[in-house]
Amino acid sequence: MMKETTDNSGAQWLRVLLNSREISLLILLAALVLITTALNPRFLSAQSIKDLLLNVSIIALLTIGQSIVILMRQIDLSISSIVGITAFMSGTIFVNHPGTPTVVVIGVSMLAGLLLGGLNAALIVWGRIPALITTLGTLYIFRGANYAWVHGRQINAADIPSTFLSIGTSVFLGIPILTWIVLLLLVFFSISLRQYRGGREYYAIGSNPNAAILAGINVNRRVATGFLLSGMIAGLAGALWLARFGTVDATAGTGIELQVITSTVVGGVAITGGVGTVAGAALGALLMSVFSSTLVFLRVPSFWQQAFQGAMLLVAIALDAYMAHRHAERLRVKRSHV
Amino acid sequence: MSAPATRRLTRRVSWETLLAILLVAAIAAGGILNPDFLSAANWTNLLANFVEIALMALPLCLIVIAKEIDLSVASILGLSSALLGVLWQARVPMPIAILLCLLAGALAGAMNGYLIVRFGLPSLAVTIGTLGLYRGLAFVLLGDQAIADFPPEYTEFGYGVVPFTFLPTPFALFLLLAAVFWVLVHHTAFGRSLYAIGGNQTAARFSGININRTKMQLFVASGIISALAGIIFTFRFASARADNGTGFELSAVAAVLLGGVTVQGGKGTVVGVVLSLLLIGVINNALTLVDVSNEILTIVTGSLVIFSVLLPNFIATAREKLRVLARQRQSATPPSPSRQSS
Repeated sequence: MMKETTDNSGAQWLRVLLNSREISLLILLAALVLITTALNPRFLSAQSIKDLLLNVSIIALLTIGQSIVILMRQIDLSISSIVGITAFMSGTIFVNHPGTPTVVVIGVSMLAGLLLGGLNAALIVWGRIPALITTLGTLYIFRGANYAWVHGRQINAADIPSTFLSIGTSVFLGIPILTWIVLLLLVFFSISLRQYRGGREYYAIGSNPNAAILAGINVNRRVATGFLLSGMIAGLAGALWLARFGTVDATAGTGIELQVITSTVVGGVAITGGVGTVAGAALGALLMSVFSSTLVFLRVPSFWQQAFQGAMLLVAIALDAYMAHRHAERLRVKRSHV
Repeated sequence: MSAPATRRLTRRVSWETLLAILLVAAIAAGGILNPDFLSAANWTNLLANFVEIALMALPLCLIVIAKEIDLSVASILGLSSALLGVLWQARVPMPIAILLCLLAGALAGAMNGYLIVRFGLPSLAVTIGTLGLYRGLAFVLLGDQAIADFPPEYTEFGYGVVPFTFLPTPFALFLLLAAVFWVLVHHTAFGRSLYAIGGNQTAARFSGININRTKMQLFVASGIISALAGIIFTFRFASARADNGTGFELSAVAAVLLGGVTVQGGKGTVVGVVLSLLLIGVINNALTLVDVSNEILTIVTGSLVIFSVLLPNFIATAREKLRVLARQRQSATPPSPSRQSS
């Protein structure tokens, strides 16, 4: 691909670097950390790093499911409501059946997420309703159901066994357990999306749905799997939400779908499908999180956060479109010279 | 044979007729469930309660016909409400403050349009972004405070009625705008071009329609009317807050889809959307009267969104199956000449 005779190998090296979203994100991240630390040295204290990692972990986890869905040109807006329901459900299990093993609670929470994701999948694949409409509907249906069920109650940290809460508080090798879980899953999904047939099919469907059908890919089954995975991951995130915060009411997770989608797209998963990696999406989540803490450290009022997030999403999709346009242009020029 | 007969029937019963029947049924059911439902005072309340959503649904109807979507409408409503509060607090004369709010709405819509048209970005992604951005800007403007000391002659416009009727003043404004949109969509070249764009954008371009300009106009109109909805909301509750109207985009999308406008573009009517707005208003009001909680209403609205797409899909699939069956039956018997001509 880089066979063209170049006048300047340095410039080419730079271009390779800038074309890799992950590397440009890392550079941006490093610059941001350096600037903020210079302005406020406490930014790099052990406690603030731990807080940062805890804040980013659940969002990064959710970007895995969202990436898989967006890779196929779909979208899942309902994740925040699934997180809310499963977080409260996990807490209810501990309240009603004290002494339930942690693994069982996490398993049940993931199963509940899987079922809710299954409802999305059924409506999208069998009902042939666009994912946007389906998940916009279920975003509100799930949240409404959650409010009706919770009915003003609240789960308190005192009801939760300390072994479960330690997922969100204890540290192994300087990194919170919660973050380790997410890192493990990131590695697993990175490998399976990159190396395995099932993973490549997500990219194929997003690049060209018609070609994917002609290539013999069972598109319906893949799309359904994507939404099931997204639901299950949201279920896991719900259990981890409880472990992280201890206190959960009906509003848990409200609005984080915007944060997750923004992180995913900033991380290089193109909203038009077929491009991006889960590692990039997780880096996007990290970058957005560091940005947020930077704003806090620079004493910018918290009201700016949401506006800023929306603006970042717009910048990211505009940048993606610009890069894709330039790439297409370059290919055309190259072809016309042959 | 009953199959062709039912097919003829389903083809003849338009979506609008179905909605009108449902609307009458819902009103009857409401009246039976609670006699107060049919009182003039309740109807004033019913119509006033969804007027902002109804306003936003009008331009959204056009946008969805042209196969785009605008999810930022409720955030523009909030932005306009917050801006109105800030301007009034800064002692800006009310007419100027209102004009500035409408201008801000136009700018917000123009930004949506610019990103969609100039960069060729999907409107879904752009308006999810601006949903966050405009709501965020509303909070930047006003924070979590509420401004309530609006002059009575303006708040009167928000909750008053047209003299000698039970129609809320803002609802009369909605009826006027609905008539304008009806003429625009069904009796002008501009309206036809929307269907052309939604049906087949490439064909529309080759037939000489300026797609970019049309889409830009749609999103600017959506911004202005959403800002107007924000002003009405603020006056109706005499309260400017940054979180005013959060989540209204769902109801607006629900009304448009239930009104028979398809997400695949190129289909739908203004009459259908107005009927579905009334239907949603009646259902919500009737359920509230029998003490159904807000949470359940949210579930109902969410389900309406899904069913309004699910049902036509289901009907289309059933029709296709019937057609295949008929063709099989036809090929089993020697074709008659009259059949072949059709």
